[in-house]
Amino acid sequence: MELAFYIAGVVAVISTFLMLTRLNVVHALLYLIVSLLAVAVVFYTLGAPFVAALEVIVYAGAIMVLFVFVVMMLNLGKQGVEMEKQWLTPGIWTGPVLLAGILIIEVLYLVRVGTASLPTGAVEPKEVGIALFGPYLIGVELASMLLLAGLVGAYHLGFRKDEKQEIQHGRDTYERRATASGNSVLARTDRLARTP
Amino acid sequence: MISLLWLVPALPLVSALVLVLFGSRLSRGAVAAFGVGSIGLSALITILAALSFFSAPPAGNSYTQVLWTWIDVAGFKPEISFYLDALSLVMVLVVTFVGFLIHLYSAEFMVEDEGYSRFFAYMNLFVASMITLLLGNNLLLLYLGWEGVGLCSYLLIGFWYREPVNGLAARKAFIVTRVGDTAMSLGLFLLFTQLGTLQIQDLMQRASQQWQSGSIYALVAALLLLGGAVGKSAQLPLQVWLPDAMAGPTPTSALIHAATMVTAGVYLIARTHVLFALAPAAQLAVAIVGAGTLLLAGFSALTQHDIKRVLAYSTVSQIGYMFLALGVGAWQAAIFHFMAHAFFKALLFLGAGVVIDAQHDEHSIFRMGGLRKELPITFWTFLIGGCSLAGLPFTAGFFAKDLIIWAALSAEGGQPGFWIAGIIGALLTSLYTFRLIFRVFFGPSNTPVTKRPGYAMTVPLLLLAALSIVGGNIKEPFLAFLHPSLPATIESASAFLTEVQSEATAATVFLIGLYCAYLFHLQKGTLADALVVNPVGRTLHQWWFSGWGFDWIYDKAFVQPFIRAAEINKSDFVDAFYTGVARWAELFYRGLSQTETGRVRWYAMGMAAGSVVFIAMVLFL
Amino acid sequence: MLVRRDLIVVLMSLEVMLNAAGLAFVVAGARWHQADGQVVFLFILAMAAAEVAVGLALVMQIYRRFKSLDVDALSEMRG
Repeated sequence: MELAFYIAGVVAVISTFLMLTRLNVVHALLYLIVSLLAVAVVFYTLGAPFVAALEVIVYAGAIMVLFVFVVMMLNLGKQGVEMEKQWLTPGIWTGPVLLAGILIIEVLYLVRVGTASLPTGAVEPKEVGIALFGPYLIGVELASMLLLAGLVGAYHLGFRKDEKQEIQHGRDTYERRATASGNSVLARTDRLARTP
Repeated sequence: MISLLWLVPALPLVSALVLVLFGSRLSRGAVAAFGVGSIGLSALITILAALSFFSAPPAGNSYTQVLWTWIDVAGFKPEISFYLDALSLVMVLVVTFVGFLIHLYSAEFMVEDEGYSRFFAYMNLFVASMITLLLGNNLLLLYLGWEGVGLCSYLLIGFWYREPVNGLAARKAFIVTRVGDTAMSLGLFLLFTQLGTLQIQDLMQRASQQWQSGSIYALVAALLLLGGAVGKSAQLPLQVWLPDAMAGPTPTSALIHAATMVTAGVYLIARTHVLFALAPAAQLAVAIVGAGTLLLAGFSALTQHDIKRVLAYSTVSQIGYMFLALGVGAWQAAIFHFMAHAFFKALLFLGAGVVIDAQHDEHSIFRMGGLRKELPITFWTFLIGGCSLAGLPFTAGFFAKDLIIWAALSAEGGQPGFWIAGIIGALLTSLYTFRLIFRVFFGPSNTPVTKRPGYAMTVPLLLLAALSIVGGNIKEPFLAFLHPSLPATIESASAFLTEVQSEATAATVFLIGLYCAYLFHLQKGTLADALVVNPVGRTLHQWWFSGWGFDWIYDKAFVQPFIRAAEINKSDFVDAFYTGVARWAELFYRGLSQTETGRVRWYAMGMAAGSVVFIAMVLFL
Repeated sequence: MLVRRDLIVVLMSLEVMLNAAGLAFVVAGARWHQADGQVVFLFILAMAAAEVAVGLALVMQIYRRFKSLDVDALSEMRG
């Protein structure tokens, strides 16, 4: 069990590092998925199988799929790689590396100083469920509301203007046919059709 | 009746408040009713109080009415209390009565002015302050009234504030009197720290007990009070503001700068006469100031051509007579002259107002003439006032001035030099007065008459003229009446003239002046011009015209250096502190706005660095 | 996230960070044998999902308007 933990941990770290340095966005995405799967394995070894399953299904399954969709839709391709090559100069890495280095030092320090005791035993999903329906009920409700808000927001933001124009155009032609008014209506629709 | 004393200053004060708050909404008639009526009521109450004072004199010949305690801290306990004795009664009577007549006059004189209610508000406030000054039982209340009349003087001189000249004149008056006020407040500090009280009667008692004659404290205190009096009464060396103060409306000049405010200094010295008696050197200084001023102003009045400036210099000169009287120890004579002067000088100013109005706002006497036929009442009243001023025998002015001139010789502090100065002053007075009368009322008419005065303006003129004539006949009872408040003049035996001889000399001098004025200004006008064209004459003329160059001296000695110093110090280091704060804030702003790049990565970097620092702090501190 | 200028990669790095935080929470919960860690991870997960949805919609809009996914081009709020 412990071996699995260490291997999964190493895989997670390496794949994350690789994700950061890839020039092609799709490659980076794939490495991210690998990293998430590795973390799921870590969760399992820690005795939280429910969470591991959730990680795979929701995180790697839904969220990453969204990312893949968007990347495919934007369709950057070769020029994307060129852009990345331009942007990613070696000099850029110094600041973050410095900060990350300080953090790593702090973590190591903590590990040295802190009380070292390995985790023992698993926490049953049943316990998690009881906690969710008990003290954390409000959290659950709020999370559902958050998801609703996210849904509505995403829908509204993703609404393309061409679609709006199509609907407006349809409405105007209906008006034209219904009232037979004349040039002003046509002019309006023409202007609308011409805006990008 | 005498217990209504507090109404005398209160009524004008309330009226002033009402006019300030509601004046613009009231009609002309209502404003006049408030303005004139309040002073009239005050005058009435004063007369009634005087009657009760005469018929049943209160104990100790003085009546004190305490209203409330003003300040009560560490043993310093001045009260708002009014002290009525012979001296203050006389002065309040004159102030309210003459004030009432002047207010009545100005109800018609100022009727076309758009600042009608403002004018009456200021005038009422002035009368309230003046009465507070006169009735104040302690020097602090007196000083309050002192400052109040100074303020109202400023407001009224600069009444027509749209002309910058008027504002300058008002500022000059205020600043110059301020110099005097500072000296006076230093004197008050000295008196309080040395004697422990500011209540006048207590003060005088303690001073005479604790300080011997010639004590240095008495000398310094008296000199400081003299400084204050000199400022307010426009004597040497602070006389420069009064001629310029003629920029105000004529009723203002009549009330403030002829009859009342300028006599505040005389009142102050008379009230604290014990102090001056303890410091003979200070008293001598008073006499010298008086004598010098009366000569200086007399010569200057001889050359002026603005009718009001002639009267202004004449006022300065006559107050010089009062100071001279105070200086030689003739206290009662000074107050007697004050009363007579109030009558005829107010009369002269009001008459001058009629003349100026009739001559379409023309001020120069060389452009007037022949008004004898056009304005008969004004002419006769003006003539009476002028004769009283010059000292025509058996007018009020004659009695008063001769008393002073005689005292200048015969009193304990008197010197022959003072007597000679008084006689020359009388000659000059006669000269300039009749020069004025002949130029304005006789001869050919240069400017046509446009306006004639109505009843509200002529009745005061007539009343004041009557008083100018008969007011002198009460000399003996008057002096006796003042006796409890002011000591009688101590006569010394070494006079080389008798009183009658002195009076005869004064009368002769009056006639000489009359004849010379007649010669120069009525018969042969060219003789006066010839005198001026002569180089010596021209220099003298210019020198006297500019008030003996005092304005020029003060400008060069005080005003210019001060302005230059202010310009040099324009950007001093104290300013740097305030601008420094502003500049610093601006620097901070500029620096901080650099961090607002709008780039997400920059912000993220900031957050990351910050969190690293926090974690480090939590771990290691 | 500080290094890369591509908007998508920035969002992906954000996901990584959230994941790491969740990992820490679960480990803590397991250390002390309580369900709280996993509950918190659940909330983090829900929040990340909502955030990704909205964020990617915004990415689409930005691409449409600015024709590029450069994070530095989006600095109109500079002061």
